[in-house]
Amino acid sequence: MVVKRILAIISILLIGYWLAQGLAGVPFGQDKMLVGQYYLDNVKQQTGAVNAVTAVVVNYRGFDTLGEVTVLFIASTGVGALLWKKKKKRTAKTEGSVVLTTGTKLLFPFVVLFGAYIFIHGHLTPGGGFPGGATIATAFLLLYMAFVVYEIPHKAFEKTEGLAGMSYVLVGLIGLAIGGYFLFDWIWQTWHFGTENIGRLISGGFIPIIYTIIGIKVGTELSGIIDSMLKEEVSE
Amino acid sequence: MISVYYFGAIALVLIGLYAILVKKNLLKILIGLSIMETGVNLLLISVGYVSGRSAPILSEGIGPSQAVDPIPQALVLTAIVIGVATTAMALSVAILLYEKYGTLNVEEIRRLRG
Repeated sequence: MVVKRILAIISILLIGYWLAQGLAGVPFGQDKMLVGQYYLDNVKQQTGAVNAVTAVVVNYRGFDTLGEVTVLFIASTGVGALLWKKKKKRTAKTEGSVVLTTGTKLLFPFVVLFGAYIFIHGHLTPGGGFPGGATIATAFLLLYMAFVVYEIPHKAFEKTEGLAGMSYVLVGLIGLAIGGYFLFDWIWQTWHFGTENIGRLISGGFIPIIYTIIGIKVGTELSGIIDSMLKEEVSE
Repeated sequence: MISVYYFGAIALVLIGLYAILVKKNLLKILIGLSIMETGVNLLLISVGYVSGRSAPILSEGIGPSQAVDPIPQALVLTAIVIGVATTAMALSVAILLYEKYGTLNVEEIRRLRG
């Protein structure tokens, strides 16, 4: 036992020394940008977004984000498949306290609204579809914790999730039809929609649209993960 | 001397690694994995930092030459989401293991000795 712990500490110190040696050659706080500077210089003209991170995630590397959404989808499907049981029910015995139930009733719409705010303003402020969707899932987690019988509307959630995933691909395919490559920003590059109000809400090409889709998809997916983790098997 | 941010990132990675190597409880191992992930994210973000510059949101007073590198931040955004996905998968495997063996101790779970 003690030997194992000592060995672990020794190997950790070795790895730490090696990492520190490697990082000693990477200067902190210096300008090391190569591609990043190009993105920063051209982000306003090419995408219409003010937030360069969002532009990189959704616009320049939109295909990567589609893969990321797919990974999240596979994870939620995997959780559902791993925890699949013939008959599952909520088994919580006690209601939440008065503070929790009252707070949930009061806060639920505002938490969902805040999530929607985060993903709609993804091209202007820090945040975007993934944090916004996680915030929406938090609202449903609150409902699960406060009420013993609550369950998400499964049918509607699954349909919404599928539709959101399909519309992401559809937006990309419209770009393929108009501009010649997948996830071409047709709203910005072809129509020049919102050119005069960069930095306001109606701008940024298809970034707000895609982030809304991602937000809905992530929110429903994470709520589904919460649902399948919280329910337990019941014997007949 | 390495920067304090690199030091913090390495420390987080090592703390996570220690938990993975030494702890017996599966949930603690997963917590260690998450801590390691946080360390890697902090490392990526701090590699992209440029001193005296502000977040890469080109608002008033922040031009393209006053913003830090946006690419590591975009990568970390991806990494966080993937981390959530893998953590959810690992936790559901842990739930299944607990249902089958009645324990989360990795030494007591057969054919999973570490």
